[in-house]
Amino acid sequence: MTPMPVRELVRPYVAAFASRFLQMLQYRTAALAGFGTQCWWGGIKVMVLAAFYGGASMAGTPMSLAQAITYSWLSQGLLVLVPWLGDPEVAQAVRTGAVAYDRLRPVDAYALWFVRSAGWIAARALPRVALMAVFAAVALPLAGLGDWAWQPPASLAAAIAFLASAVLALLLSTAMVMLLNIATVAALNERGINALAGPVVIVFSGNLLPLVLLPDAWQAALLMQPFAGVVDIPARLYFGLMSGPHALAGLGLQCFWIAVLVALGHAAMDRTMRRLEVQGG
Amino acid sequence: MPHILVDHLRKTYRISERDPGVMGALRGLVQRRHRTVEALSGVSFALERGELLGFIGPNGAGKSTTIKILAGILRPDGGRVEIDGRDPFADRERHVARIGVVFGQRTQLWWDLPVGDGFDLLRDIYRVDPQRYRRTRDELVALLHLERVLDQPVRQLSLGQRMRAEIAAALLHEPDILFLDEPTIGLDAPSKLAVRDFVRRANRERGTTVLLTTHDMHDIEALARRVIIIGHGRVLADSPVEALRAQVMAERRLVVDFAQDAELPERVAGARMHSRDGQTLVLDFDPAVTTAPALIARIAATHAVEDIRLEGLAIEAVIARFYAMHGAAEA
Repeated sequence: MTPMPVRELVRPYVAAFASRFLQMLQYRTAALAGFGTQCWWGGIKVMVLAAFYGGASMAGTPMSLAQAITYSWLSQGLLVLVPWLGDPEVAQAVRTGAVAYDRLRPVDAYALWFVRSAGWIAARALPRVALMAVFAAVALPLAGLGDWAWQPPASLAAAIAFLASAVLALLLSTAMVMLLNIATVAALNERGINALAGPVVIVFSGNLLPLVLLPDAWQAALLMQPFAGVVDIPARLYFGLMSGPHALAGLGLQCFWIAVLVALGHAAMDRTMRRLEVQGG
Repeated sequence: MPHILVDHLRKTYRISERDPGVMGALRGLVQRRHRTVEALSGVSFALERGELLGFIGPNGAGKSTTIKILAGILRPDGGRVEIDGRDPFADRERHVARIGVVFGQRTQLWWDLPVGDGFDLLRDIYRVDPQRYRRTRDELVALLHLERVLDQPVRQLSLGQRMRAEIAAALLHEPDILFLDEPTIGLDAPSKLAVRDFVRRANRERGTTVLLTTHDMHDIEALARRVIIIGHGRVLADSPVEALRAQVMAERRLVVDFAQDAELPERVAGARMHSRDGQTLVLDFDPAVTTAPALIARIAATHAVEDIRLEGLAIEAVIARFYAMHGAAEA
């Protein structure tokens, strides 16, 4: 058998990603509502941080107040990257038994779900982060609230590193969502898994608070754990807190966790599918 | 070697159970109870390319499980399946590229996507050549009358429209084998006829091998030449449809309407009285003992007859009797 050309090989996955991405982009009301909520929470976080910075002696803080504020807007804009929910399409497929059809496609089952979940996440992230940028980086300064605004990245190099890291964050987040998806299939229900995942990922991704503001003794461990790659590492690159070889190490760390979680997910999926029982009908 | 070979296939499911009520729920917290249900206990058959096989059996008999194993979705616990020399589960990706599957109770099209977009996505997932795809799709759209639903989202389709779209979706990549699991369930009469007509054509004109499960005996009579009856996870019978009918039931029924005020015969030689209702008499007879014309002549000679209808026993009755004979009815 001759090997398949790469274009043919990836065709199903590109199509599945594009289809989900374009479909999810159509939900404008959801994007606006999500944006509204995220502005509200972003505003509260910014005020809490300001009170926090104003009250304590902040000498030697690794992050300035302006950076911490920008961090809050950024992490609110990228909120949907935080993998605290399994893909609802998978949960529905499990409930209706349509999961059987996914086994009938002549493609790698893990990869097919992966690209569909990635499309789902990307299509929700892009409009929200764009709206958030317009609101926090453009509208706030125009309204005379420049102190509370979203600041530009530290440098051009920082911007490029951030963009690369954001793409890796999408893949990392998808790999985590895939684990939730697979657990959903194994448990035949998504609710318990989603409830457990939420608090853990919101804290450890740095969505709640920049990880550098957590106790010093934990810093090394906090940076190495996989969730840091979802929000915290891209943000550190944005501020230039990681640059040069450190920037590469940050991107490398993201790649490492993507590889580990994909391998884990792939193995778990094979195992789950072996035991899958599609009953009834 | 046969096209499809199924050899002593076994599959068991583990089912959790608990006693009903609050106490049962509490006990279930501490101690889980499982029961093993044998869905298939040694199913064997072989199929040649281009055959059209009907699977029938009571609910829970193992029909769907067999189809799911043949499709590569489920892994059997024992026995062997080979389709064109391949193991469907172990060699899943290559196997499923050559089959099409329709589950009547589930949907394979994407709920929020227009039908046409779903078809396009399947084209890419199956890596179908775009030119070839356009030809196949246009042909399927015309045959299944899908022109008007192509740009409607799947969730807005009627069941009949959806099922026709599902069948088209299963054939876009021109599979060698088509599995249909209760494809006519819940459909109205015109949709059923359209589906049957289409399946027959796909089998005859393209030579697609078709395996069909159904509870609708008209599907079997209209489509299948060969039928396998499954009960309690076993093959109870595997025969041509006609032979099955003859084997189980060598009995015909004659329904006679007598004229108003006419007297009804007390008994008719060569036939058994099944029932009488007003001026209507229902007689069962064995065509090997008495022929229908002889019976009719005998009655008409002495009584004023208004109308006579001859009925073969409906295949439904044949099957129900067969299930009862083998103790196969669902427990």
